[in-house]
Amino acid sequence: MCTYLTEKIEIAGSGKGASGWFSLSDATVYFDHPVHAMAEHTLNIDFVNPAKGPSARVAVELTAESARALATAIEAALASAPPGLVT
Amino acid sequence: MNEALTAETISITGHGGDEIEAYLARPLGGGPFGSVVVIHHMPGYDSATKEIARKFAARGYAALMPNLYHRDAPGASPDDAAATARAKGGVPDERLVGDIGGAAGYLRALEGSNGKVGVIGYCSGGRQSFLAACSLRLDAAVDCYGACIVNAPPQGMPLTLQPIVGLAKDLSCPLLGLFGADDKFPPPQETAELSKVLDGLGKEHEFHTYDGAGHAFFSVNRTAYRVEAANDGWEKIWDFYGRYLAS
Repeated sequence: MCTYLTEKIEIAGSGKGASGWFSLSDATVYFDHPVHAMAEHTLNIDFVNPAKGPSARVAVELTAESARALATAIEAALASAPPGLVT
Repeated sequence: MNEALTAETISITGHGGDEIEAYLARPLGGGPFGSVVVIHHMPGYDSATKEIARKFAARGYAALMPNLYHRDAPGASPDDAAATARAKGGVPDERLVGDIGGAAGYLRALEGSNGKVGVIGYCSGGRQSFLAACSLRLDAAVDCYGACIVNAPPQGMPLTLQPIVGLAKDLSCPLLGLFGADDKFPPPQETAELSKVLDGLGKEHEFHTYDGAGHAFFSVNRTAYRVEAANDGWEKIWDFYGRYLAS
């Protein structure tokens, strides 16, 4: 399908794009056709900073299985951090 | 047909008098030739769609593809521009009509033009092809798997994207629809409903729905590509444009 369904969140952190590191302000998450991945649909995440222009973007396209595994891994890594480090 | 062509990036006047980027491919020789406005898919003004424009030129048609995301991300790579446009909710319908109208006018004014201009669009461009054909004076329109013409978009889509089947009474030209039976956006029920509406209005159209094909079956660089459907679809396009656009 071709959908505009998009989850948008504000984030804080940095990403490394084609021109090097830059600060991130937003992320968009959507399940749709990928540009590059060899799958009909993928879970796509754009880490962006619109204030720095359209090219300030770090993009990933993951199979649904990979995306779920990533989400689980992120939660596990945060849960395993020593008390007091994660707020 | 010697398939000789020339292709280049140009600037055209689009909606609101804005200058926007566009890709022009046209046959070599003096004409007369028909013309096609190519509407890119939601992933943007990319190499694959420029290749489609060149395919039309090799077949003897002048083809012009406006960069519908030019205003959102001037100079950005097609995928970055598409991501920016997506985050903004897509292309407003009014702006789309203005840009396609500008492209059609450019093509009609080209030296060698026979004055006939068609439109073709893929994915989101399929809906936009129908929209343009209902809003502008054109000679032939092709809708390749455009969704949300009859059906309301799924929850969460921006308000700017609404069903446009109500415009069907204004369809200015014959319409060719090419769809995949496995597509969910648009599902076969939606395209059947559109055909029924056009029948009721006496609007000339022909729809083909391919078994074993889903959305984006023309996309040669994607896993959605279905060679049988795409090859037959191209034959249908050549026949259709041959009847309505060729000199």
